[in-house]
Amino acid sequence: MKLVKDTPKHVVLSTKDLAIGYTSKNYKNTVASNINIELHCGELVGLVGANGIGKSTLLRTLTAIQHPLSGTIILNLEPLSGYSAVELAKTMSLVLTEQIVSKNLSVFELIALGRQPYTNWIGSLTAKDIAMVNNALKLTNIKDIKNKKCFELSDGQLQKVMIARALAQDTDLIILDEPTTHLDMYHKAYILKLLQSLAKETQKTILFSSHEIDLAIQLCDRLIVMTEDEVASDTPCNLIIKGTFNSLFPKDLITFDETNGNFRVKK
Amino acid sequence: MPNKNTYQLAFSLLILMLILCFIINISLGSVSISNSELIEIFFGSSNNNTFKKIVLDYRLPKALTAIIVGSGLGVSGLMMQTLFRNPLAGPFVLGITSGASLGVALTIMGSSVFGGLLANTLVSKWGIVAAASAGSFLVLLSVLIVSTKIRDTMAILIIGLMFGSITTAIVSVLSYFTSAEDLQQYIFWGFGSLGNLSWEEVFILLIIYSVGLLLSLASIKALNTLLLGENYARSLGLHIKKNRMLIILATSLLAGTITAFSGPIAFVGLAIPHITRQIFNTSNHKLLLPAVFIFGAIIMLICDSIAQLPNSDYTLPINVITSLFGAPVVIWLLVRKRKMNF
Repeated sequence: MKLVKDTPKHVVLSTKDLAIGYTSKNYKNTVASNINIELHCGELVGLVGANGIGKSTLLRTLTAIQHPLSGTIILNLEPLSGYSAVELAKTMSLVLTEQIVSKNLSVFELIALGRQPYTNWIGSLTAKDIAMVNNALKLTNIKDIKNKKCFELSDGQLQKVMIARALAQDTDLIILDEPTTHLDMYHKAYILKLLQSLAKETQKTILFSSHEIDLAIQLCDRLIVMTEDEVASDTPCNLIIKGTFNSLFPKDLITFDETNGNFRVKK
Repeated sequence: MPNKNTYQLAFSLLILMLILCFIINISLGSVSISNSELIEIFFGSSNNNTFKKIVLDYRLPKALTAIIVGSGLGVSGLMMQTLFRNPLAGPFVLGITSGASLGVALTIMGSSVFGGLLANTLVSKWGIVAAASAGSFLVLLSVLIVSTKIRDTMAILIIGLMFGSITTAIVSVLSYFTSAEDLQQYIFWGFGSLGNLSWEEVFILLIIYSVGLLLSLASIKALNTLLLGENYARSLGLHIKKNRMLIILATSLLAGTITAFSGPIAFVGLAIPHITRQIFNTSNHKLLLPAVFIFGAIIMLICDSIAQLPNSDYTLPINVITSLFGAPVVIWLLVRKRKMNF
């Protein structure tokens, strides 16, 4: 009983005194430092912050595309730097903002590419692979479009397909870079709601960066808020109480309304 | 989506067409040989030694070369288009053929320009193969190194063309100083020809081509992953650099040796993958690569049959036919770009 109390939920990803940024020959550009975050199993976590604050840099560092300046990242109890490319692909899947190169793939084919880390040298799908793809189609509610070509899809549908592809990759952690850009208000809410139910149903950890702070506050289990002074990580309620959102943006145009949990334009 | 049976039917039809084109190709030529005579030759019961020699030592190796050239250039063009994410890429556009040309020009004409005994011994078939392969590999490698610095695909295309210009300039310098005899030999190589290969040379070509083909089979999975873009491919555990080298190696082996043996064959590498994509309506390389392979072979056999100008004493350079056939296809693709599958 005590053991359960000590570890209420399995930690999937954690950082310790992480500093992120860019280095070149002569200088070091630190974007953010002193980042201590913990992502738990089955949590939906939103990453918010103003433009240029370093959200992308943080995601690039957490996904091992670039090295941290200092500090450590632990993924499933192992340091991130120790992962091989294939091991990492079996633990962490991504949904990126960039467009896929070939939209002549069918939805099924594209989602099946998520099984690449598990398939043989020529990429043959086993019965298990096909079952995983079908499960991903079911979870994201896109069974009806599985034979369509990607160029036939709307932005909202395509985003669901990319999420299904990440699900098919069968990883503990899914990281999405601004999954709601280019979507209308309904589909923004739809995608984030989908992520919320996926986290609950599959017990995967889902981390996404977003500018939809209002929606993120309503739907996320935890928020990572990047401001000039700090990188705060807590439940949305605690962050509101602490007043973290007040320092998110310059105060000349918009202010945070703590009672409603959203931003308002100054009149 | 077409199911498995549709694809099986399509592949059966393609293979049937390939066999048909192969037979037609062998039966056509400047000397008219009847079908019954052909059958007798193949079953060894023919007594006409001249016809036997024409069919077994000229037409048969030529038909095999056509299959190797068409399928090899088609496959390497397909790999380049996927790797560079550019529908207009191909061995020709990215300078691989001009690299091979430079290598061959250096071996054929370098001997008279620079002189020396060593240079003379290089002008063997092996020397030309090695030079062409090295030339194409070096140019492709240079384009690739530059492409890691620049992400814009159009820029890479222009860089490929620039490499082509540089090699053309060097070839011009060599041509200016070389002997007329060597120059003629080089120009004839540039016309492209499927018919000058002995059985021994076809055998050498076949070995290197097979290695290149095996490497291209090994990169099918990587090619499919690259359809998502490099960042997604990396997130799926693909070693981008390793696989990039594998694809380049396969391409330079295929396109380099084919160019060395049969000269720079225009447009095939670019046009075949597009035509195949239009017909099969897929981007999956597991289907596309074998389809491009068979289709390339068929087209090349047809082009060669036309180039023979059956029942006449003349033979057109193979490049005339492939360009006459290829250029309109490229124009047609550009005009139809909105509907192009990639």
